[in-house]
Parts: sequence; structure tokens; C-alpha cells
Amino acid sequence: MAMKGGFLDNLGKIYGIYTVGFIVFVIFLGISEAMFGMSPKTIGYVYMAVTIGLYAMIGILSRTAKVSEYYVAGRSVPAFFNGMATGSDWMSAASFIGMAGTIFTLGYDGLAYIMGWTGGYVLLAVFLGPYLRKFGQYTIPDFLGARYGGNAARSIGIIAAITASFTYLIAQVTGVGIIMSRFLNLDFTVGVFVGLGGILVCSMLGGMKAVTWTQVAQYIILIVAYLIPPTVMSYKATGNPISEIAYGQALQKIDAKEKAINADPKEVEVMALWKKSADELDADIKGLPGSLAAKKTALEAKLAALPATAAVAEKEAINKAITALPATPEIAKEKWSAAKTAALGKSKPMKPYLQPFARLDMKNMLALTFCLMVGTAGLPHILMRYYTVPSVKDARMSVGWSLFFIFLLYFTAPAVAAFGRSEVLNNIVGLPIAQLPAWMANWGKVGLVAFKDINADGILQWYELTIGPDAIVLAMPEIAGLPYVISGLVAAGGLAAALSTADGLLLTISNALSHDLYYKMLDPHASINKRLAMSRTLLVVTALIAAWVATYKITIIVELVAWAFSIAAASFFPALVMGIWDKRSNKAGALAGMYVGFFSCVIYMVGSRFYGLDIWGVKTISSGLFGIPLGFIVTYVVSRMTAPPSQELQDFVESVRIPRGAAKGVEE
Amino acid sequence: MAKELAGLDKEKLKAYWAYNVRLTTIVMVIWFVVTYVAIFFAPQLDTIVIAGFPMGYYMGAQGSLIIFVILIFWYAFKMNAADKTYGVEEEEE
Repeated sequence: MAMKGGFLDNLGKIYGIYTVGFIVFVIFLGISEAMFGMSPKTIGYVYMAVTIGLYAMIGILSRTAKVSEYYVAGRSVPAFFNGMATGSDWMSAASFIGMAGTIFTLGYDGLAYIMGWTGGYVLLAVFLGPYLRKFGQYTIPDFLGARYGGNAARSIGIIAAITASFTYLIAQVTGVGIIMSRFLNLDFTVGVFVGLGGILVCSMLGGMKAVTWTQVAQYIILIVAYLIPPTVMSYKATGNPISEIAYGQALQKIDAKEKAINADPKEVEVMALWKKSADELDADIKGLPGSLAAKKTALEAKLAALPATAAVAEKEAINKAITALPATPEIAKEKWSAAKTAALGKSKPMKPYLQPFARLDMKNMLALTFCLMVGTAGLPHILMRYYTVPSVKDARMSVGWSLFFIFLLYFTAPAVAAFGRSEVLNNIVGLPIAQLPAWMANWGKVGLVAFKDINADGILQWYELTIGPDAIVLAMPEIAGLPYVISGLVAAGGLAAALSTADGLLLTISNALSHDLYYKMLDPHASINKRLAMSRTLLVVTALIAAWVATYKITIIVELVAWAFSIAAASFFPALVMGIWDKRSNKAGALAGMYVGFFSCVIYMVGSRFYGLDIWGVKTISSGLFGIPLGFIVTYVVSRMTAPPSQELQDFVESVRIPRGAAKGVEE
Repeated sequence: MAKELAGLDKEKLKAYWAYNVRLTTIVMVIWFVVTYVAIFFAPQLDTIVIAGFPMGYYMGAQGSLIIFVILIFWYAFKMNAADKTYGVEEEEE
């Protein structure tokens, strides 16, 4: 106990020393690289070993056998540090690696993600955070169970929490595997298990307590890693190291160059060639299966016609082309259709980066922003974090700190995107193919950068180049001319982002099962030891299942994550908000609201994705647009049509609304 | 009920909650304007360019975010003060 008190009293000092220590470690690695030629592979391994070892060590130091420490970190996390922990809990591999790339590709319309994923905290701050803290239990289903009297509401809460968190978890585990395999050349599966090993030690031994202090450590690594490359890039490009201010100049350069490119005769020629290629592919697709057979026959005839004196290489090239042909007409159709879409995309002049609604119409931009905001405020692994602060007062401040720490990364992401795009447009396009910088070849190997000199002039045109969204953040250190030690740091940052989110999600799922399902519903007399043992076991099992699912590398995973948001938004958010803000809402209303919200959301998702369902042109990604208001309306109407909640429940609501006193009607 | 809620009188509680609702409404109006109204008028805002930033783009990339952060802290300070004014602050342990 003495140590714990000492730790909490000295948080600032401890994490200050930690931050300085980490920077010294990076500098030390940098010196090793520059003076002693430490290889990128060694640097990668040192980073991974040190950071994962660090997370495991924090876990061991924070091990606990107390229920309140395991579930809510003893409710002793100061607002500021809970803000940091929430920051890394919230920012996933997608925020860290994907966000800037999304803006790079979508321009203004990509900002829906920036606003959506930050504006949700305003909803959280005024509608939920402080009240959940006052309620002061362990999980989100706990609140639903207490407010809506019983296991029915709790069960839906459990199902929604697990559905939303598990899909999200798989995406994080996949992210861990990708980063490990790319930077360490480990096999994907091995990468997944090595990465998970570190966080399992952490969350299994220390529950929320360990996860919190690890997340703070992970936040520091990820923010340092994210901010260094754009700072250097900005200084080099504009003389101003503050990239968030300086990138206005980059935006202007992008705009000017885009106009020039669309008017350049060489680029126009390339666009026409893509149009031709798309038309040919279209003819091939229409001509299936005959067109596939014809291609094969033509190649075989060419092979047969080769003179006996022909070089072996020439023969092999034709054989290779034959084996590269799609095996069946079905595969051919899929492959050629994808190629056709890509070719068509490059056959039309690009719309300006800065122009609003060029890629997403205004209606969908508004809808997407709204769904992302509400989804943010409804995700259980985030809501849970506000149980860990000492008081309601701290909960209010902590939401502010959370958003501040998230803001540091999110307001830099558009700067990363702008500098990346300006660099590619102004300094890469127009280079002779032979003189392209090394980073393009490096990231080309893993398929993130691709180009095809379709007009064979030996010069790279914009419309000949394809850049994967993930490449922007990952390649930024190389684009900025930084040593490999910074690339490794970015990888360690991405890993920290993925692991910290995975940690929070794992805990949410295993708590929903061990606390809500097992302890609250199945065996209310279970001893503390039994409950904790159960929770730790479920944690490992959940992690293993997630890792196993991730090794299948399902391609639909990105969509699933977007769906998780809409599900959380449509099922949790209305029931939670009404539970606090509308005393008259009752069990029947909340249950009906959650069912209707959940199913209307799922029906629109599946319907619009697979069966062409279309209401007002709303895209699949914004499916929550219908479920969210429906959830509210149904809860309101059904509650009014049925008997009001008991006096005890109304007193309970009253007690949650004010900071003073204990929450009513809650045991323990 | 008054007794149950830590000896607070009902009128004061009502006034406290009304104050909270008013504050929440203000926060929500500002939140709505800086995101949704700003998106709606982005093409018009873009005609103003400051330091290279068209204002419609700037609002989406930075302006709204800065306002969100300030808004949450402002709400927290106001409510933490109101707790004391209305005598409903948490007991110190």
C-alpha cells in the first residue's frame, strides 16, 4: 500500500522521468545507427523488445487482487492521467496509421473523421461522463441493469458491448500483426502472438489498474512518434517547425499543382490510356468466358511459335503470363472488374483536394460526422474509463483532458496529409522513373506504393501513381529524410496505439462476461478470488479467440469496425442518455428502444451493403443515422405508454444527477 | 426525498438541474454550429483564405476541434463552480 500511495503522489515525476528516459533511449539508438551502423532490423527488434517489455513490466508492478483495482483502478486515477489513458485507449491503429492517409485521399471530405471522432467527446462530457462516475459501478451493463431494473436490460447491454468491442478488437490485433510483420519481417501469426503476449501479462495481472498505467506510457510513446516527422518535414518545407500552422502553405501548393496537372498534356494522355484500358477490360468482362480462353490460346500460340533458338527467359516470361491468368471465369470477372474500377478512377481529372463534397456529398458528410460522434460517445471501453477517476468533478475535467490529448494527434493528421500530398505532387510527380526516391521502392515491396509507366515516356505522371492510405504516416520519416531510427519509432508508436486500444477492449469484453454475466446474473455469491480468476481466464480466452480470428485476415474488417460504431451509437447511446435525462423512461421503453435501434441499424447496414437498400442515398457507413433517432423516439413513446418507473428508480435518477451523496438503490 | 438526497432542499436541486440544462443547451448549440453549420457553409467559408487556409477547410481540420476542447473545459469549470453555489458538491473525504 505504501508503494501505491507513493506512486500516485509522484505521477508527474515518474512519467516525466519516463518521457525523458524514452527520448534518451531514442537518441541512443540514433547514435548507434549513425556511428556504428546499427541495422534497421536490429533497431526494429530493440524497439519492440524494449516497448513490449516495458508494458509487461508495468503490468507486473501493478498486479492486484482487489476487485476495485482490477475493475476500476481503485477509482484513484487523476483527471489529467485518465485523459492520457483515454487518449491511447481511444486512438487505435486506424487513427495512428490510417487517419492522415484517409485525408490524403479524400481531401476535405476526410475531415468528417476528424470532427466526428473528436466532437463525440462533447456529447460524452455533457450527457454521460459525470453521471456515470456518480453512479460509480464497474461496467456499462451495470448502469443499464440498475436503471432499467434487471437482467433483461443488462443482457442487451452485454450483447451490444461484446459485439461492438470484439469487431473492434480484431481490427487492433490485425494491426499489431501487420506492424510486427512489416517491421520485423516476422510471420503475421507470430507477430500477433508476440504482440498480444505483452499486453496479456499486463491486463491479466493488473486489470484496469495495470491497463491505465500502461496506456499512459503508451500515449507518451505514440504522441512523440506521431509529432516528430511532420515537425521536421514542416521545418524543411517552410522554415516553420509548427506543422499545424505552416501547412496552409502546403495546401496552396497542392491546389496550384493539381490545376497544373489536370491541364498537363502528358497527364491528359495518361488519362486517355487508362480510359482505353478500362474499355478493353470492360469488353473482356462482357466476353467471358470466351475472352479468357482466347487470351490463353493466344499466349500458347505465341509460345509454340517461338523459334527453338529463342532465349530461355523469353519462354519463361510467356509461361509466367499463362499461369498468371485467372483460373476460372468467376475469378477473372472479379479481378478484371477491380482493375476496371481502378483504371476508370485514373481516367478522369481529379477533383480539388480542398473542394468540399467532391467525394462525399454534403448529406453523407453530415450523416457520417453525426454517426461517428454518437458512436464515440457510446463505446463502452471509453465510457468505462470515467469510472476510474476519484470524483464527479474529476470526471468532468477528465473528459476535457481526454479530448485535449486526442486533439494533439488529430489536429496534426491533416498537416501530415497536406505535407505528404504536397511532396508527392510537387517533388515526385515529373521525376524520371529511374530517379524515384528509395522510399517508393521500399513501400512498393509491401504493396503500399505502385506505379505503371503506362505512356512509356520514362517519366512519372500523377495518374500513373497509386499510394495506399497507410503509406503516408509510415513513409513520412523517409520522405522527410529522417534516419531509420525515426521510422522504427513510428512503428513503435503504431504498435502502442494498437496495443493500448486492444487492452481496453479486452478488458471490456472479459468484464462484461465475468462481472455482468457470471457474477451479476449467474452466481451472485461468488467469492472475490473466484470472480477475479474467472475474469483473468476469460481475458486470455478472448485474446486467443481474437488472435485466431485475426489470422484469417478477413477483408471486411474495416467495414466491421465502422459497423461497430453504428451499433454502439444506435443501441447504447439512447438508452444511457434517456436513463439519466428522462426520469420517465422505463424498462419497457428502454428495451424497445435498444432493440429497435440495434435492429434498424443492422438492417440498414446489411441491406445497403449487400441488397441495394437505399434511403435518401445514405451510405452503409452512416447506418446509425436511422437507428439513433429511432432508439430515442421508441424509448420515449413506449415509456409514455406504459407505467412510470418506481419511486426508488426515480430517486436513483435524481441521485445520479447531483454530485453529493451516494447513488441510490445501488448495493456494495 | 429531500432527506434521502443528503439533506438538500428540493427547490435548490431543481434550480441546480435547470442551470445544468441551460449550460448543456448552450454547449450543444455551439457544438452544432461549429460542426454542422460549418460543414453546410463550407463552400462559402472557403472564399475567405487566411495564411493559406480556406476557412471552410480550417473549421473542419482545426477550428471546430479547438472549440470542442475549450467547450468541455468551460463546461467542467462552470459545473464544478455551480456544485458549490448550489451546495451539492461532493463531500471531501
